[in-house]
Amino acid sequence: MSVPRFWREIPNRYNLIGTKCGNCNKVFFPPRYICPKCRRIGKLEPYKLNGKGKIISFTITHVAPNGFEDQAPYALAIIELDEGPCLTAQVTDCDPNQVKIGDRVEMVFRRIGQDGEDGAIYYGYKAIPA
Amino acid sequence: MEVGIVGYGVYIPRYRLKVEEIAKIWGGDAERIKRGLFLEEKSVPGPDEDAATIAVEAARNAVKRAGINPQEIGAIYVGSESHPYAVKPTATIVAEAIEATPDLTAADFEFACKAGTAGIQTCMGMVGSDMIKYGMAIGTDTAQGAPGDPLEYTAAAGGGAVIVGKDGAQTLATIDDTYSYTTDTPDFWRREMRPYPKHGGRFTGKPAYFKHVLSAAHGLLRKLQLTPKDFTYAVFHQPNGKFPLQAGKELGFTKEQIMLGLITPKIGNTYSGASMIGLAAVLDQAKPGDRILVVSFGSGAGSDAFSITVKDGIETKRDAAPKVADYVNRKVNIDYATYTKFRQLLVR
Amino acid sequence: MRKVAIIGVGLTKFGELWDISFRRMITEAGARAIEDAGIDGKRIDAMYVGNMSAGQFIRQEHIASLIADQAGLTPIPCTRVEAACASGGLALRQAMISVASGIHDIVVAAGIEKMTDVLAEQTTEALATAADQEWEAFVGATFPGIYALMARRHMYEFGTTEEQMARVAVKNHHNACFNPCAQYQMEITVEDVLNSSPVNTPLKLLDCSPITDGAACVILAPADKAREFTDTPVIIAGTGQASDTISLHDRLTLTGLAAAKKAAELAYKMAGVGPNDMDLAEVHDCFTIAEIMAIEDLGFCKKGDGGKVTEQGETAIGGRIPINTSGGLKGKGHPVGATGIAQAVEITQQLRGEAGKRQVNGAEIGLTHNVGGSGGTVVVHIMKRGD
Repeated sequence: MSVPRFWREIPNRYNLIGTKCGNCNKVFFPPRYICPKCRRIGKLEPYKLNGKGKIISFTITHVAPNGFEDQAPYALAIIELDEGPCLTAQVTDCDPNQVKIGDRVEMVFRRIGQDGEDGAIYYGYKAIPA
Repeated sequence: MEVGIVGYGVYIPRYRLKVEEIAKIWGGDAERIKRGLFLEEKSVPGPDEDAATIAVEAARNAVKRAGINPQEIGAIYVGSESHPYAVKPTATIVAEAIEATPDLTAADFEFACKAGTAGIQTCMGMVGSDMIKYGMAIGTDTAQGAPGDPLEYTAAAGGGAVIVGKDGAQTLATIDDTYSYTTDTPDFWRREMRPYPKHGGRFTGKPAYFKHVLSAAHGLLRKLQLTPKDFTYAVFHQPNGKFPLQAGKELGFTKEQIMLGLITPKIGNTYSGASMIGLAAVLDQAKPGDRILVVSFGSGAGSDAFSITVKDGIETKRDAAPKVADYVNRKVNIDYATYTKFRQLLVR
Repeated sequence: MRKVAIIGVGLTKFGELWDISFRRMITEAGARAIEDAGIDGKRIDAMYVGNMSAGQFIRQEHIASLIADQAGLTPIPCTRVEAACASGGLALRQAMISVASGIHDIVVAAGIEKMTDVLAEQTTEALATAADQEWEAFVGATFPGIYALMARRHMYEFGTTEEQMARVAVKNHHNACFNPCAQYQMEITVEDVLNSSPVNTPLKLLDCSPITDGAACVILAPADKAREFTDTPVIIAGTGQASDTISLHDRLTLTGLAAAKKAAELAYKMAGVGPNDMDLAEVHDCFTIAEIMAIEDLGFCKKGDGGKVTEQGETAIGGRIPINTSGGLKGKGHPVGATGIAQAVEITQQLRGEAGKRQVNGAEIGLTHNVGGSGGTVVVHIMKRGD
């Protein structure tokens, strides 16, 4: 990932800042710039999520993509945050074999990857069992 | 000086490597090593943790305890021997992650294990002179011990953060005063672009740790006209479990005064985080009116001594974030092979 | 709008084609289709080509021009379309629309992917670009990972088992044995699948379609002119396309593809038929769970019964609703951009009675179901045997 692309999303990745539609109050994370329901009358403002949620599906990744090999096997999950939106994240600080649908988790600040040994380090969110 | 501590926080990773696991590999006598170092196991960062992620957790905990708006933090200083970048500050990563940007100054510090407390002194000056309202100092490390080197038993990971503000209704403790003792003493160092530090063996004892810790302590006690009996607790930099007890004894402190702030036996030496975590452990339990002596030590060499008096505010604030004991007790033991994978000692 | 017919089909062998380049694959598939249609190449009015990632695999963009050039067909208009793994189906639809509208008469719809010129890790990375780069791929999600998240939830909500998923792979490998163009011609057992190495639990190596090179081509003509070229025209009776969120986590459900249901609804409506009228279907089994969800989304069984229905043999050749008689993506191979066209080739051959040992007796109506990414795009076509 290029540096500007990563940098632009630091508030979202570090602090779970999504958007909220001023018209229908739906919360979006990852952030959206058009409310699919309200469209032109939707007023999207930044909104910080509190980072708590539950696992609605997961998988243990054995064949990891480039840059993630050293962490394999790791649990990857879709997490439904308490405010409504769902996101995809690794579940860390746990035995991947113990992860279950329904587990409560909270999002924490961790190192996601790097652009090689000489490149930038990417920080972002992962989930840990709550 | 009229400055105090508005909030504090720590973070210790959950993985632990026991002395026995290391001794097994390198042929050491585990029981003798445990006795000699007064240490059982050390904390190991997970593969997705580093000095920056540890600093962020400690900082977030400090902000929670302080109950302040992070936008009012005017300075952030992060001290470490294991900053993720050689050039690009950890402090700005922390600043973004606690939403303190953009109206602040920031920088990274290096002074071996006392880089965090050096940051506290800088914040004291900036707050005391009304340059800023709040300043945050963090000491964080994911220390690396060379495989087979004695330091491998103790080099651990952890961090502590302190928010300094003008003494008043919000502070949970007053920083009465500070005194530092600094000389050019090359007891322990790491050259640019080398992976592991080197040290002078026994030279790191009397001429280094003890000379600076004792001199800084004496200097502060003299300045304040106080004696060890005037303090409830004493926290010393803790490269192992033994040195603080020895230093305390030479200064005239009792074991009981030192034990609450001695965390290394359970988690190893968290380097820049060590004195800050020791202080936090005491603040987690101290009562209003208790006076605490904190003396850090950084190789190269220097010690920062502080006298800190606990205030009423502490009882309402300290439950707002996890305590040192919560992190110490939340642990998973790993073996040496997993440790090498996590610490990337075997590079693919 | 005029009715559109398929008058010729052709495809290369699917597999790791070390000796055959991108350019040679497309010309080979095209030549076979032209020969099958018995048409003079000069009569072709336009081409639509589906390809996902020539830019990533062979560092070549602007392949529309390259293909028109290599085919010796310049200056006709050639258009490359991309919808990840639905690129082929999309090319077929665009070609069909151009004939139906009257703008063109004879149009080629082709699909091609050359995936093996790079290392497997680079192939995996290229394929992962079909997912959300910022919020799925960035955090460590791969394609198998995303489908595995769907599989796990399907197992949780409906009790689908890994054995039922394995049966999809077993059936499709069996069918591929009768398909000379298929990448694999070997039988496998449920045990083989269950014992294969884990990729993303619950998906194992043999739950996943392979990396494949290949090209496929069909030639379209207005239905009322089709008999000029062939005695066995196949009419494209319906087409449907729908989109959905690119990322899985933004969908309303994790256990089915809303875009597939929608695209199928549109195609069924246009063709004036329903799921029970289908004699067979080629569906997008990029992973075994994908076929199970597909037969539910297409209305061939109740939601949640896809695993059971497969286990009971209803989707075998000779079963109630034969699925993937060609071997599917699993047995035949999945050269990404070519798959959607290859599905149309299979249905055409089946409706003509030319499918040899794979033949579904009396096949008159078939359906193709082509999915992009984890379901962000789905294209469905319904074909009928021409009178």
